[in-house]
Amino acid sequence: MKVRAQIGMVLNLDKCIGCHTCSVTCKNVWTSRDGVEYAWFNNVETKPGIGYPKEWENQNRWKGGWTLEDGKLKPFQGGKARLLANIFANPNLPEIDDYYEPFDYDYQNLQNAGDVKAHPTARPISRLTGEKMDKIEWGPNWEDDAGGAFEQRSRDANFEGVEKGILAAYENTFMMYLPRLCEHCLNPTCVASCPSGAIYKREEDGIVLIDQDRCRGWRMCISGCPYKKIYFNWKSGKSEKCVFCFPRIEAGEPTICSETCVGRIRYLGVLLYDADRIDEAAHVENPQDLYQAQLDVFLDPEDPEVIAAARAEGIPESWLEAARNSPVYKMAMDWKVAFPLHPEYRTLPMVWYVPPLSPVQGTAKGLGLIGADGEIPKIEDLRIPVKYLANLLTAGREEPIVAALRRMLALRAFMRARTVEGRTREEIAAEVGLSVDQIEEMYRVMAIANYEDRFVIPTSHREQVENAYELKNACGFSFGGCGLFESKPTGAP
Amino acid sequence: MSRLLDRLNFFIKAKKGRFESFAHSHGVTTDEARDWEEGYRKRWAHDKIVRSTHGVNCTGSCSWKIYVKGGIVTWETQQTDYPRTRPELPNHEPRGCPRGASYSWYLYSAQRVKYPLIRARLLELWREARRDKGPVAAWASIVEDSVKRTAYTSRRGRGGFVRADWEEVTEMIAAANAYTIKKHGPDRIAGFSPIPAMSMVSYAAGTRYLSLLGGVCLSFYDWYCDLPPASPQTWGEQTDVPESADWYNASFLMMWGSNVPQTRTPDAHFMTEARYRGTQVAVVSPDYNEAAKFADVWLGPKQGTDAALGLAMAHVILKEFYLDRQSGYFQDYARRYTDLPMLVKLVEQDGHLVPERQLRSSDFDGALGETNHPEWKTVAIDADSGEITVPRGSIGFRWGEQGKWNLEEKDSAGNPIRLRLSNLDDADEIAEVALPYFGGKSHDFFEGTDHPEVLRHKVPVKKVTLKNGEAALVATVFDLLVANHGLDRGLGGEYVAQSYDDLQPYTPAWAEKITGVPADRIIAVARAFADNAEKTCGKSMVILGAGINHWYHMDMHYRAIINLLVLCGCIGQEGGGWAHYVGQEKLRPQPGWLPLAFALDWNRPPRQQNSTSFWYLHTDQWRYETLAVSEILSPTAPKGDWQDLTLVDYNLKAVRMGWLPAAPQLQANPLDVGKAAAESGRTAGEFVADKLKSGELKLAWEDPDHPDNWPRNLFVWRSNLLGSSSKGHEYFLRHLLGTHHGVKGEELGGMRDEMVTANRPREVRWHEKAPEGKLDLLVTLDFRMSTTCLYSDIVLPTASWYEKHDLNTSDMHPFIHPLTAAVNPVFESRSDWDIYKGLAGKFSELAPEAGLGMEKDAVLVPLLHDSPGELAQSEVRDWKRGECEPVPGKTMPGVALVERDYPGIYQRFTSIGPLMEKAGNACKGIAWKTDEEIEFLRHLNGTDAEGRPKIESDIQAAEMILTLAPETNGHVAVKAWSKLSQVTGRDHTHLAKPRAEEKIRFRDIVAQPRKIITSPVWSGIDSEEVCYNAGYTNVHERIPWRTLSGRQQLYQDHPWMRAFGEALCVYKPPIDTKTIAPMLAEHGKEKHLVLNFITPHQKWGIHSTYTDNLIMLTLARGGPLVWLNEEDARQGGIADNDWVEVFNANGALVARAVVSQRIRPGTLYMYHAQEKIINTPGSKVTGHRGGIHNSVTRTVLKPTHMIGGYAQLSWGFNYYGTVGSNRDEFVIVRKTEADWMEE
Repeated sequence: MKVRAQIGMVLNLDKCIGCHTCSVTCKNVWTSRDGVEYAWFNNVETKPGIGYPKEWENQNRWKGGWTLEDGKLKPFQGGKARLLANIFANPNLPEIDDYYEPFDYDYQNLQNAGDVKAHPTARPISRLTGEKMDKIEWGPNWEDDAGGAFEQRSRDANFEGVEKGILAAYENTFMMYLPRLCEHCLNPTCVASCPSGAIYKREEDGIVLIDQDRCRGWRMCISGCPYKKIYFNWKSGKSEKCVFCFPRIEAGEPTICSETCVGRIRYLGVLLYDADRIDEAAHVENPQDLYQAQLDVFLDPEDPEVIAAARAEGIPESWLEAARNSPVYKMAMDWKVAFPLHPEYRTLPMVWYVPPLSPVQGTAKGLGLIGADGEIPKIEDLRIPVKYLANLLTAGREEPIVAALRRMLALRAFMRARTVEGRTREEIAAEVGLSVDQIEEMYRVMAIANYEDRFVIPTSHREQVENAYELKNACGFSFGGCGLFESKPTGAP
Repeated sequence: MSRLLDRLNFFIKAKKGRFESFAHSHGVTTDEARDWEEGYRKRWAHDKIVRSTHGVNCTGSCSWKIYVKGGIVTWETQQTDYPRTRPELPNHEPRGCPRGASYSWYLYSAQRVKYPLIRARLLELWREARRDKGPVAAWASIVEDSVKRTAYTSRRGRGGFVRADWEEVTEMIAAANAYTIKKHGPDRIAGFSPIPAMSMVSYAAGTRYLSLLGGVCLSFYDWYCDLPPASPQTWGEQTDVPESADWYNASFLMMWGSNVPQTRTPDAHFMTEARYRGTQVAVVSPDYNEAAKFADVWLGPKQGTDAALGLAMAHVILKEFYLDRQSGYFQDYARRYTDLPMLVKLVEQDGHLVPERQLRSSDFDGALGETNHPEWKTVAIDADSGEITVPRGSIGFRWGEQGKWNLEEKDSAGNPIRLRLSNLDDADEIAEVALPYFGGKSHDFFEGTDHPEVLRHKVPVKKVTLKNGEAALVATVFDLLVANHGLDRGLGGEYVAQSYDDLQPYTPAWAEKITGVPADRIIAVARAFADNAEKTCGKSMVILGAGINHWYHMDMHYRAIINLLVLCGCIGQEGGGWAHYVGQEKLRPQPGWLPLAFALDWNRPPRQQNSTSFWYLHTDQWRYETLAVSEILSPTAPKGDWQDLTLVDYNLKAVRMGWLPAAPQLQANPLDVGKAAAESGRTAGEFVADKLKSGELKLAWEDPDHPDNWPRNLFVWRSNLLGSSSKGHEYFLRHLLGTHHGVKGEELGGMRDEMVTANRPREVRWHEKAPEGKLDLLVTLDFRMSTTCLYSDIVLPTASWYEKHDLNTSDMHPFIHPLTAAVNPVFESRSDWDIYKGLAGKFSELAPEAGLGMEKDAVLVPLLHDSPGELAQSEVRDWKRGECEPVPGKTMPGVALVERDYPGIYQRFTSIGPLMEKAGNACKGIAWKTDEEIEFLRHLNGTDAEGRPKIESDIQAAEMILTLAPETNGHVAVKAWSKLSQVTGRDHTHLAKPRAEEKIRFRDIVAQPRKIITSPVWSGIDSEEVCYNAGYTNVHERIPWRTLSGRQQLYQDHPWMRAFGEALCVYKPPIDTKTIAPMLAEHGKEKHLVLNFITPHQKWGIHSTYTDNLIMLTLARGGPLVWLNEEDARQGGIADNDWVEVFNANGALVARAVVSQRIRPGTLYMYHAQEKIINTPGSKVTGHRGGIHNSVTRTVLKPTHMIGGYAQLSWGFNYYGTVGSNRDEFVIVRKTEADWMEE
């Protein structure tokens, strides 16, 4: 057993209002500069939809993630030889139009136009060519709120095995939001794909970073990442990605996207896992077993053996305590309402999702109201097909999704009995395999959701490995250079 | 922790130092340097964080952290330090939205207005004139020369700006103001600015300047059509609502026409989280929107038919909870808190018996012992004695006596009573009562039923003897309401339902036909809603929104929903009630702000104007009116010449009877009138009344197109009037501005001309040629180059929301918090306070040149709500028609003489005047002394040479607000509550006493948002035990609603209400605006669609703000968009992202199409306020640049909104009055190509 600690994230899609505040605050802080105009470390997609970049989930097209070949785990885009061969002409690399052509506007025209015949307007200007654009054809959120023809949006890979016919009708519309960021995987393909060895996973918190000094811009990480969450900065000539706001995490603060999440859907907490079991988890034969395999890698923070092993690895006590209070652990492990995004990519992602409930289908018999006549709506009456959610979160296995949705409905029914009838109905909890204590804790974490319960983040302990006295006195001084990209010329060692 | 690297590396092995493999060599750990990480750490670093917010027209009122790095504002994230709620409630953090998060983009962007801008042609004229003339004379020489004037007015909206300097433009504006006051009168200067709550001081800066001049402050809430007239009609309350945290207490939440996640983004979590508390959620919306995502059940009625759905739900609730079985809680609530037990007189008319007025004590012999205002005291039957009784609380008890205006279950004399709801068990007879039915009207796009327009229903009635022995039949409101809903009470009748499946108005089956929602779902939702309310004593809540309030018959939609809530006892109960958050952010410290904003410390009354009527008149939209009164008149209207008047005539009538204000007021300079009145030796009222009667003086609105009666100067600030709220945008361009426009109406000939001719006003004067270009000067203050800026003559750069100090509150949460300057105003911008202060200074200098000194200004004031004026007209009499004498303040507007000190404007602007100490302060009919607070302000703000407290800076102005308001000064709160206690006869001071010592000051809220103190100005309480909920003090403190009966008024008995069939809530289909047929004649051959044009609030902007913001444009699709149903699109040959042209007789717009399955067939959504300043090609139909969303709308007034001088139906600024509906409009949609119209 090799115990590692990572800050993981859970996003409760059942609460996501699709507002994109996370994307905007993230963009302001991290990618509002030249070279990464088109890059959204965090973006939000309306599902069903093909997403950003286009059809990122279609790995037959992009060849991201890992595959099992004869029991051996290999990046889908190819092993070492194939990668080196493709280094100058990577066939799996999205082009700018797969993201979108970034644009700006001729705002000056509004103030500078001389005496003109028609009211001035600010036309869009391509940030690639500097030319005026007749029409903007795509954007990072083109399908927002089910925008676009169903036929186009339903190229969404998660429709596999779902009967689409009736879902195109007005009455049967469904939509959900999927906020996405780097998954900070336990088994990241990007790290494995980098010819320069520039990508690494921080031992102390699991954050995956691209060393901007070492990156040579080969872009194999971009094609290797099945989530398409690495972006090429054309100005610096290097790749960049979500840094999980590590300067904030180190200070015990949540990531920007988490703290600014207006829907309060995001949770951050420590997970302990056994690093020695990563490869075996990623090797599981049946993709539908990968979800369970990843659960099996996680360690019980209350287990004395785990605690002892963690201490032996030098994991600080504050991290072990945080692991015991981790909302991420509760949702993923205790209540099993949170799931990894596309476990079939075999990257063992660490950003997890609670699937959304949805209104009853237009043709459903039941009304769908919780607790009306003591009833809980039937999962099959909900308008988002379970299969669709399973394709997204459990490689198509429906049972865990059904169980999670039933637990969420049970939470609602249990609490309705309490608030309206003044009764504690243990049987509602019991029916979905929860104790009253557990369901009450679920309520506290998911509904009341106080800041300190959403974000349980220990501070880093740099003082244990660095000269903190010196750092305190001298950190921040960097005369002669300022900022990330001027520190060394591109390509310098 | 170590500085070790973890790798899972496929290529290279670490070369030095630590190297450990794990996971069977799948991964390796090395210890290479990670110094490069400093780069990202430095990006995150910042120098300071400043608290501010976005003073934008949304109810968000979110507190933000503004990050400053190296003197530059870099970004913003939400504050998370709100004072906490109770342990059993979620907390507020992190309130915000993507729009607010993108705000910092504006500060240094190319879209920022950085310097004063002026139309070059005007500047040339000005400089030329100034060579040999003083400023006022120079201005006169330009505007009095029609060639010179047209040289710049006709260029509005067509580029040609140059950079100016502050000194020069300030002088020009002040000169224009001085000239206009002298030549035409101060009421020819108007200012438009909305939503004071979003930045109270900035709003007040402009209105204080205008109010000191005698200029006109224009309303917004009614004009935006966000004011739901149903609220003042039912409660006498503008709009009071629960804070968003109270959603969490609801155990049934209905989101009805309100897309909470999209438009109430910061608060949506209370809704999503409440579901985990077991709250049932139903969403009513014609499109499958973001809110629907959170529903348990989604009902998608055809847009514009919501009243039908609500009426059918009430049908179910009345039947199951009032008739088949009587819910004890509902019965008790209905008796105590509604007018359902009140008696209504039935009268013979056209062979029918129709419901007339609610009986009053004055109808009986000896007025039932009432001597004070007996004509304003409603009566009911005491269930125990069976006798007629006068319950306390009606509006007659509010004025002229004290101690009985309350909702105790007592009669006037103090005897206990219990009011009877129904006379069914004790009826003297069963009468057939005629009620109007409008659902049979034919409409090209809305389904009707073929029932007659008058339905006779059987109603149990009592015979009573009135004064002079008159015998009358009377019925309770409850019995009439049940009849109106087509319910059979064992009495039979032709139009009653035996079951829910009967197709009778207003059964669920009937509603299915009208709305398309399956009857079984209507029944089930109604039943669950009421069942929940019964079990929880009212914790069923409806969040309802502009989606349904923007229809011409919005009152019916809203009253249908309000009826459900009232019938289920939800109003005034925590977790229950109505939640309407549109368009007013609740300026919580209102009594402290009013004197600052309207200069009430110096002179009273101010000139305030309802915008809807103002724009309808002055943009000449009335000249294009196609809606005849006959189309909306009730078949049961009382006798009268209702149909002889047009809508604009109704408005004129309302003005002269003192119901609505008008600006300008008289066809004369009010300074001349004031002078003559003062010299006449008579009161100003007598003087004006006589001259009006004789015809020597005329009301300006008798002839709004006469040059004497045009508005001449217009200020727009904190607003984008022309790019956002100008319903009938093209009419604004044509008539108000006199520039290029897209109005097609008149050129079409044929049927449209006939309609317009037929609708020519009878009383308002018609000119064969309408004026074009009424305004001499349009000045806009903004930080971004909006459409309004582009049409303005002068654009003044304002400080952005991160560059000034101000106050901000909302109805969504109980906190007050600030805007503060993270950096000083950038480029040459200035705060609104400093801009108007500068104007005041320059004006004071120039006044003598214009011959303006101390002047007497004759100000006309309508009969105001919350003043004794609301009891002025128990009957409708028009002095102009000889039905009565013109009596100021009684049968016509009041007249006041106000002294203006024009050279002293600056001194008055910057100090607190003497009236606060002399006359005290007042709000909503409660008055209290305020000299202690003024003395306090002398110490806090310092004094000027005359010993007056200074308000030279924005922070000093903020301190004036905070000190004078009960909501932020506990001592004032206790004073105000004691005053109200005298009127009600009940002690309410316990609500404020625990916080009596608190004085919230500006720096306190800079440190952290503070909770508001409970004040009698509002109907809820701010407490640690319950959430703020509207109507809470009415129910729990027994303070009457400010209505005729003092109760929730479900029966509207004013003659005009009865004339238009709205005494009780009914279903009315949308009106026919007739803008399609004439256009189809010309354009019908090309492939096209005809769709209902809907403009909901949008996701990527707050109105027009942010819609030009690059970040928001990137996340949307980059410019104006319209949404339509996929199937419709296919039929119209339109594909996703095609350019389309959208037009009708009002004008045209060009946008790209978004096709989507989630849009209801038959509708075109253009999310509100997408301007033509971004990515907008030309229109083939108009030959000009494609318009804004309002280019295809025109507003239509409704006579019932003009009623005044009648209890709750009395005018108040932004409180009651005409509203600018726009949603009954249809458009033609066709594919087009982009023509950029570049020369």
